Amino acid sequence: MLILTCPCCGVTGEETEFHQGGEAHLKRFGPGASDDEFHTYMFAKENPKGVHFERWRHNNGCGKWFHAARDTVTLEVYGTYPAQTLEPPKEIRDAITAKRPGWTWREFA
Amino acid sequence: MKHYSAFAVAREALRYHMGWERAWASPEPKKKYDVIIVGAGGHGLATAYYLGKNFGITNVAILEKGWLGGGNTGRNTTIIRSNYLQDPSAAIYEKSRSLYETLSQDFNYNVMYSPRGVIMLAQTEHEVRGYQRTAHANALQGVTTEFISPQRVKEIVPIINLDGPRYPVLGGLWQARAGTARHDAVAWGYARACSAMGMDIIQKCEVTGISREGSKVTGVTTNRGDIACDKLGLVVAGHSGHLADMAGFRLPIESVALQALVSEPIKPCMDCVVMANTVHGYMSQSDKGEMVIGGGTDGYNNYTQRGSFHHAEETVRALVETFPMVARLKMLRQWGGIVDVTGDRSPILSKTPVEGIFINAGWGTGGFKAIPGSGCGFAELMAKGHSPLCDEFGLDRFYQGRFIDESVAAGVAH
Ligand SMILES: Cc1cc2nc3c(=O)[nH]c(=O)nc-3n(C[C@H](O)[C@H](O)[C@H](O)COP(=O)(O)OP(=O)(O)OC[C@H]3O[C@@H](n4cnc5c(N)ncnc54)[C@H](O)[C@@H]3O)c2cc1C
Ligand SMILES: [Zn+2]
Repeated sequence: MLILTCPCCGVTGEETEFHQGGEAHLKRFGPGASDDEFHTYMFAKENPKGVHFERWRHNNGCGKWFHAARDTVTLEVYGTYPAQTLEPPKEIRDAITAKRPGWTWREFA
Repeated sequence: MKHYSAFAVAREALRYHMGWERAWASPEPKKKYDVIIVGAGGHGLATAYYLGKNFGITNVAILEKGWLGGGNTGRNTTIIRSNYLQDPSAAIYEKSRSLYETLSQDFNYNVMYSPRGVIMLAQTEHEVRGYQRTAHANALQGVTTEFISPQRVKEIVPIINLDGPRYPVLGGLWQARAGTARHDAVAWGYARACSAMGMDIIQKCEVTGISREGSKVTGVTTNRGDIACDKLGLVVAGHSGHLADMAGFRLPIESVALQALVSEPIKPCMDCVVMANTVHGYMSQSDKGEMVIGGGTDGYNNYTQRGSFHHAEETVRALVETFPMVARLKMLRQWGGIVDVTGDRSPILSKTPVEGIFINAGWGTGGFKAIPGSGCGFAELMAKGHSPLCDEFGLDRFYQGRFIDESVAAGVAH
């Protein structure tokens, strides 16, 4: 069972209180983007075995969106952080490196 | 390979069963093969089988990181049906279902195909219309299904409760020649036949890297050394994204755990499969008497082969309202498998951006039923470069926005 802490309201709850909203830190392409760029944004999934960054929503709580860094194999949560960030904060990346040296995830590592 | 028959059983009974030979060999990997298939699940083994049987390609290795059939093939609830909506799906699932009818005779191994019938319950007005539409589509596709009344449902399944506390049964989509088969036997039967054709099934052999020269594949790295090949088939279900990453591309697939559970064995009480998509659960009875139950996928990507507890709870609740008598059953076992889910709930049978690499994936929650058909089509794709069964399921359909939407047919995970 997955246990997450919502960085917006501070509540810690189990997974039925939250809803996963897909991969985080997607680069969106606006009008004039090429078909390739749009296709990558829309369909090319990271789907990693290991470290993953996701959007979550506290839907049975404060209702707000946030980000989570999580391991898809051990279900360990490395940390949650505000949705208004373009990349995971340094402390979370350091926490991951301590546990999983050499991890990679798209452009962050 | 010795032929299995009633005579063989009698002969062995008379000599303490000492004459049975191993069903397949366990060779050391060679340096190079014409074709390497990664993943000895049903789809990988069936692909190898039809490569040999239909195209004479037998210099083939099937590499498996665990034991053969130990992935989703040995973890599923074995529902076989072909009542999908879209034409390309009907073609491949019905081809598959019809191959199941004669599979045991085809490779002389009893897969216990049991065409006991499958009902998908309609429990909302919306579902009634949806299944009537599917029944009409199936009629045009040559797939025999019919929309039946609640009374007919009750005749077929006496233990059902037609007026559940939340959703009454308003009818059902009935496919009389759908059913179940023994999952392990499907993997074992194909494995035995592949081994007999001289193919190498190499278990405990994990692919950890994919090598290429320019844009062309040259082989794989494994925990048992490097192995070269001309063509590579990735048939690894939940691990498709992981293998694609090794080859340097990404897929429109997310991996999640899907779970199933079985009850203690009881006397025969239901001789078909019932799926209840609205309340979200399905059930059949195994030959041992256990009620085999399946439900929902986890709500987030994972590789845990376990599944969230609340899904088991929701599934059991759904079945208790549909079949009140199961309320007093004890559950014996629960397990999970990692399923590879695409956005349109249809599989991917395709060439890839790397020359020589082909992928058979995205069967998600419902690919057991498709094993023979997929193997047949994918073998043709790998041998000839295209296949009428597979062409619509290419990766390019996402680029082109040409989805094969089966989200209704895939309703409850199965
Ligand atoms: C609980 C559950 C219930 C289901 N119920 C049904 C049902 O009722 N009807 C139905 O039609 N379908 C059902 N399915 C879906 C069905 O099981 C799958 O779609 C199907 O079995 C997939 O077969 P496969 O051969 O593609 O994958 P698998 O059987 O999973 O085989 C893939 C193999 O690849 C191996 N592998 C992975 N990575 C590597 C590597 N790096 N190197 C070497 N080998 C590797 C794995 O160990 C595995 O053995 C269910 C699935 C689950 C989990
Ligand atoms: Zn909150």
